[in-house]
Amino acid sequence: MFDITLPLWLDDFLWAYGSVVYGLGVNAILGLSMYVVLALGQLSLGQAAFMGIGAYTSALLTLKLGVPFPLVLIAAMILPALAAFVIGIPTLRLTGVYLAIATIGLAEVLRVVYLNTDAVGGAMGLSGIPEKASFPVIFGLLLVVLVGLLLALRSKVGRAFEAIREDEDAARVVGINVWGYKLGAIVVSAALAGLAGALNAHYSSFIGPNEYGFETAVSILSFAVLGGVSTPLGPVLGAFVLTALPEVLRPLHDFRLVFNGLIIVLVVIFLPKGMLGFHVRRRAS
Amino acid sequence: MNSIGEPLLKIDGLTRRFTGLLAVDSVSFEIASGSVHAVIGPNGAGKTTLFNMISGLLPPTEGRLFLGGAEITRLRPNIRAALGIGRTFQNIRIFGDMTVLENVMTGMQPRLGVSIVATILRTRRGREEERAAQAKGRELLRLVGIEDFADRIASTLSYGDQRRLEIARALGGDPKLLLLDEPAAGMNPTETAALGTLLQQLRGTGLTILLVEHDMGFVMGLCDRITVLNFGRKIAEGPPTAIRSDPKVIEAYLGKRVAERLMAERASA
Amino acid sequence: MLAQQLFNALVLGSVYALFALGFTLTFGVLRIINLMYGFYVTCGAFMALLAVTQAGLPLPAAALLGAVGAGLTAVVCDYVLLAPLRRSRAPELSSLIVTLGGVLLLNNLMTIAFGAEVRRFPATLLSQSAIALGPIDVSPIQLVIVAVVMVIVVALFLFIERTRLGAGIRAVAENPEAAALMGVNVGASLATVSFAAGILSGAAGILIGLNFNAVHAFMGESLLLRGFVVIILGGLGDIRGALIAGLVLGFIEVMTAGYISSGYKDAFSFAALVLTLWFRPVGLFGKSVAKRA
Repeated sequence: MFDITLPLWLDDFLWAYGSVVYGLGVNAILGLSMYVVLALGQLSLGQAAFMGIGAYTSALLTLKLGVPFPLVLIAAMILPALAAFVIGIPTLRLTGVYLAIATIGLAEVLRVVYLNTDAVGGAMGLSGIPEKASFPVIFGLLLVVLVGLLLALRSKVGRAFEAIREDEDAARVVGINVWGYKLGAIVVSAALAGLAGALNAHYSSFIGPNEYGFETAVSILSFAVLGGVSTPLGPVLGAFVLTALPEVLRPLHDFRLVFNGLIIVLVVIFLPKGMLGFHVRRRAS
Repeated sequence: MNSIGEPLLKIDGLTRRFTGLLAVDSVSFEIASGSVHAVIGPNGAGKTTLFNMISGLLPPTEGRLFLGGAEITRLRPNIRAALGIGRTFQNIRIFGDMTVLENVMTGMQPRLGVSIVATILRTRRGREEERAAQAKGRELLRLVGIEDFADRIASTLSYGDQRRLEIARALGGDPKLLLLDEPAAGMNPTETAALGTLLQQLRGTGLTILLVEHDMGFVMGLCDRITVLNFGRKIAEGPPTAIRSDPKVIEAYLGKRVAERLMAERASA
Repeated sequence: MLAQQLFNALVLGSVYALFALGFTLTFGVLRIINLMYGFYVTCGAFMALLAVTQAGLPLPAAALLGAVGAGLTAVVCDYVLLAPLRRSRAPELSSLIVTLGGVLLLNNLMTIAFGAEVRRFPATLLSQSAIALGPIDVSPIQLVIVAVVMVIVVALFLFIERTRLGAGIRAVAENPEAAALMGVNVGASLATVSFAAGILSGAAGILIGLNFNAVHAFMGESLLLRGFVVIILGGLGDIRGALIAGLVLGFIEVMTAGYISSGYKDAFSFAALVLTLWFRPVGLFGKSVAKRA
């Protein structure tokens, strides 16, 4: 699929730095996944869990059933979306904190399930996943998602998002289906995270149960915190910076997670009012 | 005055209890289609709680609500908006970070039926809907008199203009019933008069208006019928002339002793 | 056999309850979920362990040192990370996010500084001989754990209900502005709560470390996640709920490990979390926090 012949210099570059470049693309998609829920003012930390579902689903479909890659990607979006639907419905009615906790809890349940299920490789995970995610595929999909999101935001969908973020009750009263939008956001976010997981699995050739837990979830959050969420480009930029920096600055490499955490702390404290790039909610709902 | 029609809104035994407080106590009344109806009463009488129940933000503890004959008691606020209830808030809740035009356009959400997918893909129907929405938005801004501010950020508007914007937004969904919670609050006499003119205009289009208000003069001149609440219960209802001289109403606002003195003075006059 | 498992459940559950108390206290007074408790747990455990292995202190003194150290760490972290947000009246979500960043940062610093391997208390410290109490074999350390938890809970209760500082804290929990107007030193109250909650988590870390004789850089995180389950199950902000739910969780885990499989005990605990969120989101005792959809 997508047999575009890349220029020689790009080919060589990818040979040497492939996983980093692919990582940029995948993390950018994860950043967008985070954007979708944060733009509604919801703190869902499920991206890591949904990424894991997408990764495992895609790996199993490719390894055990030999399903063609495009279908694998679609499946990797649908399953997490369904999971998000299930988790989302009861928690939407509650204050944001419950959503954060429920989504982190989900990641941990899944981690234990993966660890203890031999069919998915148990603690050893799954390896030998063929490298089907190429540069055009990853960045092509990133572009499609980004453009789709930007088009959505410059329409009634974007207005509804902003209304919900500013004042939920006023949004309800003017006829916006707040509940529907929130659920939709979580589902779309999950599908995107699942897609990222599948792409990641198909270039790193190995996935394990510990890659989709609490730490990954908070790292994804750090992309959005750094880049801001006033536009979808924010988390994309945040993802690029936080993925590339540990590679460029070698000493930072082992401190990658420390750095992500530090970024969150510094940005939140020093840009408190406009922290996430949009204004503080004027009314508590 | 336009001819008054069938009841558009029927409130039946509506009650709202919070722990330790009976905010609204078994209130019932009807609003005729095409009329302007006011709910008045001293502070804390339960007026805003009543409004919150009608617009769907607060579920009633007891009682039922009917819009045009159909029961809406359990419906969510956005469904009620789609069915034709528009509302403004006592402390103006516009979306400050959006432009004025965008604010009005959010009010049209229930009428924008094109699917989300079509909107994103910018199909012809999607683009036409958006164009029509923009045009209608500007129309509504013209109606309330702030069309020049269409592209300004809403929070930069003056208080009076923000109030007008909120009304325009509420009109965006083509409501049958407009709920106005203290629309004249914080306005000077000129602004209040202009608001009164606007409401008369709206009433002329067949819109039914229910308002909560403190400003007696404003209410008396505008309304067909008034319901008076005190401590959550209905204590009087009728045309403005009757309410103005109702002893129970005077007592509620001014207290028993002053009311008795007033009645005595009137009797001897 | 069942009695033995029940006792083990009591021991484990009481530590979970202790940890959840700190969470609940913070939520009730500071109105935030402070995820850095995950870190204070590790902090307390490491301080106690190092006090024993490096400084040669006897266990009780080391434990006290660890708990107090965790408490102080909590006060400092709260001051550095959360006070600025309170001052600028940032939205609730910001506090949650900053504590997420903080726990990621600090846990990983800890791993880099101390390595990821599991450390143990010196074997001589933990008397191996179990005392037989009827059908149950009870190790001294288990008795100590239960006793310590009870002492701390009672002490906390007395502090909150019977002292002036405690009254001040209760006032701040109800209404910070009114409390300030009445002359309560809100800053001191908040710092006291941070300190107390830090001590609770540090103590929980030390006790867990003793119970399983394992101290490692990520013990905080696993306790944190269990803490989530406990506070959701018990209801956010409810002390009774935290205590009972802690015991329930201990019960679930020990029973699952004993009768089904050790690997799945985590899954069952989190399944409990998900089920609670589905059917009774306010938990067993929580006040209703549901809003209109």
